[in-house]
Amino acid sequence: MQDIVVHVKEFRKVYDDTAAVDGISFEVQRGEIFGLLGPNGAGKTTTMETLEGLRHPTSGSLSIMDVNPVRSPARICALIGVQLQSSGLPGSMTPHEAMEFFCAYHRVRPRHDLLDRLGLGEKKSAQFSTLSTGQQRRLSLALAVAHEPPVVLLDEPTAGLDVGSRVELHEVMHELQKKGTTIILATHDMAEAEKMADRVAILLKGKIAAIGSPTQLTATGSGLVKISVSSELSSLASTTPQFPSVSQRLTKDEYVIYYSQDAGETVPAVLAFLKAGSDRLIDLRVERPSLEDRFLEITQPDNPIGDRS
Amino acid sequence: MNAFSHHFLYDFRTGLRDKSLLLLNYLFPLGFYVLMGLLMTGLNPTFASTMIPAMILVAMMACTLLGLPNPIVDAREAGIFRSFKINGVPALSIVTIPVLSSFVHILLVSIIITVTAGPLFHAGLPTNWGGFILVFVVTAFTFASIGMLIGVISPNSRVIVLYSQAIFLPSMILGGLMVPTAMLPPALFRISLLLPTSYAMNAWRGLAYGMTSAFDPVWSVAILLVSGVISFGLAIYLFSWDSKNRQSGRNPLLGLLAMLPYVVGMIILMR
Repeated sequence: MQDIVVHVKEFRKVYDDTAAVDGISFEVQRGEIFGLLGPNGAGKTTTMETLEGLRHPTSGSLSIMDVNPVRSPARICALIGVQLQSSGLPGSMTPHEAMEFFCAYHRVRPRHDLLDRLGLGEKKSAQFSTLSTGQQRRLSLALAVAHEPPVVLLDEPTAGLDVGSRVELHEVMHELQKKGTTIILATHDMAEAEKMADRVAILLKGKIAAIGSPTQLTATGSGLVKISVSSELSSLASTTPQFPSVSQRLTKDEYVIYYSQDAGETVPAVLAFLKAGSDRLIDLRVERPSLEDRFLEITQPDNPIGDRS
Repeated sequence: MNAFSHHFLYDFRTGLRDKSLLLLNYLFPLGFYVLMGLLMTGLNPTFASTMIPAMILVAMMACTLLGLPNPIVDAREAGIFRSFKINGVPALSIVTIPVLSSFVHILLVSIIITVTAGPLFHAGLPTNWGGFILVFVVTAFTFASIGMLIGVISPNSRVIVLYSQAIFLPSMILGGLMVPTAMLPPALFRISLLLPTSYAMNAWRGLAYGMTSAFDPVWSVAILLVSGVISFGLAIYLFSWDSKNRQSGRNPLLGLLAMLPYVVGMIILMR
């Protein structure tokens, strides 16, 4: 039997007359990284904040390790670590003070080593307001995991981070996962979700539009393969020839992009066309649709890779 | 150290570290004290006799009415209280600790004023130190609670200015700091009975300096204490972790109940 640590069942949250979240259900297993994706206003933050006990559900139930965040806010604090999207710390507080302060409330020894690990060792006496965005986010993550909670909720953890910090943060997430920590990750970064998450749920207008592993989601899309071609004379762009199995065509910069149901039929035909026109191939890429393509397909049904069947 | 001590020390240090709080907690009241010492003692020699409590009241009002509420509103609007809630910081600590750290700031400024006012400006010292300390403790608690209540019920800093100045400015003019309230015309005396400073000055005159007071100084202390307890209780009751999630039925206008003891005091004393 799988070890489910997060239960969300028929969760609904209504603000005034608008349903921000409209009856969603999902479960997250121990040690899983679960991504919550969706455009702005889809209900990601409302779901996260209700799990954190910051908001009350209108109906439905949510629990973390069988603890209801609304009924037992004190117990939920020990079970979760949260990196909020906004800073969440007083401007005059130093990283050293913040670590002492929050660890004292969690009744654990302060983890100053985490500050060093996340590159904040030299900034531990600097006031929070003087830290860069990346440093603030790294501090927020250090504080979220300092009391070693079994469940960590991260809201846009890598937004505004440089590449090095992002890689470091991903390593920390993997280390947490290896220790059995469950991570719920709300992000706009599809590449991050595809790389990090074991499963994702795509939220749209308060409902789950798709749920599964990134591989499952990309495989259950329209099934089209993306073929990008660039040639010396740009004959593909100027003459718009028809190729077998192609359902969509668009141009982007120097590339002509075909969405094909069968790359094995399309690619030879494209190469033959170029050869016949004495045009020289510069670049040809065949890619399966990414999670971002699938996300756009779900959230913007009129996008080029949308299912036209 | 436990969590409460860490929180208190952080909050106290913020009162020194933050430039605007440093100004309101220390620089403004001490500067005003020196200025009044130089000017008022020359213009009005009787001012020196109660200069110490008057200047302590200015320090209390600057620290609590002008300094304390803004960080509360800023923290709520910036999501800091949400972060505190997620990390297990209780609402009671968030309300209590700024009240306590304000008390310590006021105590330090009051010690400076009390120790130096005699030698520098020939200010009169209390004849009953027990009474002086009693009125100090009750008044500081009451003002800190009122300041906290203003922070809790104000949606933004503009409303803070409105509430704070509604107490601060009349108190400076009518609250017995510069002239005893008994010397005010009856209409203004009646208005002065709506101000905490009038009760504090009356209590200090009667209980600490052995002077004639406009009304029973014990009643003054009682009214101040009741007001402080109501304000503190309302601050806890009306506290919200963020502005979007106010608890239904907890209308900020309930904060006006903090005025109730003064209204009752005015009605009783004017009969």
